[in-house]
Amino acid sequence: MLPSCPVTSAEAIRFAQRATPLARAGSLAGVPRVVVDVVPKPEIFDPQGQAIVRALPRLGVRGVRDVRQGKHFELDVDDDVDAETLHRIAGELLANPVIEDWTVRRL
Amino acid sequence: MTCRIGVITFPGTLDDVDAIRAVRYAGAEPVGLWHADDDLRGVDAVIVPGGFSYGDYLRAGAIAAHQPVLRAVRDAAGRGMPVLGICNGFQILCEAGLLPGALVRNAGLHFVCRDQRLRVETSATAWTGRYPAGAEIVVPLKSIEGRYVADSATLATLEGDGRVVFRYLDANPNGALYDIAGIASAEGRVVGLMPHPEHAIDSLTGPSSDGLDVFRSAVDAVLGAVRA
Repeated sequence: MLPSCPVTSAEAIRFAQRATPLARAGSLAGVPRVVVDVVPKPEIFDPQGQAIVRALPRLGVRGVRDVRQGKHFELDVDDDVDAETLHRIAGELLANPVIEDWTVRRL
Repeated sequence: MTCRIGVITFPGTLDDVDAIRAVRYAGAEPVGLWHADDDLRGVDAVIVPGGFSYGDYLRAGAIAAHQPVLRAVRDAAGRGMPVLGICNGFQILCEAGLLPGALVRNAGLHFVCRDQRLRVETSATAWTGRYPAGAEIVVPLKSIEGRYVADSATLATLEGDGRVVFRYLDANPNGALYDIAGIASAEGRVVGLMPHPEHAIDSLTGPSSDGLDVFRSAVDAVLGAVRA
């Protein structure tokens, strides 16, 4: 029988840890983590970011002039994955260079 | 001879059945192609139909663009095979680099589902030979990532070279630049559009039968090439 569906973030984390014990152990053992951040290019209209800007006053927040919504990727990679390969991953799959800019960081 | 037109199915594809029906209506033989196929089974043309391949994960079309069958489509397109991408298929062809530009979230953020008036801007493609340039047609549009964008140099090239194939009439439904609904490759063999001609091939089941000539045009292009 399948485990019941996690409903809180704490349950979701425990669920993920049960589901991938080896991957979790690998992270703890110091496998390099790479972060790729992707955002729409400045000239691309970002209606999702605009919707967030318009929602902020409803929280009583003022002073936020612009929001750009992007994506954040965390990659656990082997030591021999070089910078060139990481940029290929970012530029050919994670981001679409026609509409998005990206940065690659090793943590 | 019979014209054989392949229709690709990815996990999450929805409109392959209607595309197959449209191919049959146009007098051609439909051939089902699977995303994991690495050859095209000898077809004369290929349709990449609409839907939500891979759940639109990452970006609409991004995962499908890297599947084995798309490598085969890219090779075949390089040899001049007619290729049509409809809706998610258009997104896939852009992600695969077979057509320039990209499709992004509708400017109004809403999913748009309507019968859409379009102008067919050119007959000089493998998929629009049956339409007189300037023909106005009505076919369904149903998408949320339908806003065509490209940099200004690309847009100037598309407009200057007559590669804008379909343009939205009436109110622009999604903020697409220059009201672009569909474009072609430089040779006019690869065409992509957001609206759905395969849903408008019979007035019994669609708003019109205006879309059928897209598929008949491809049959003409294939059989014409054989005769030539």
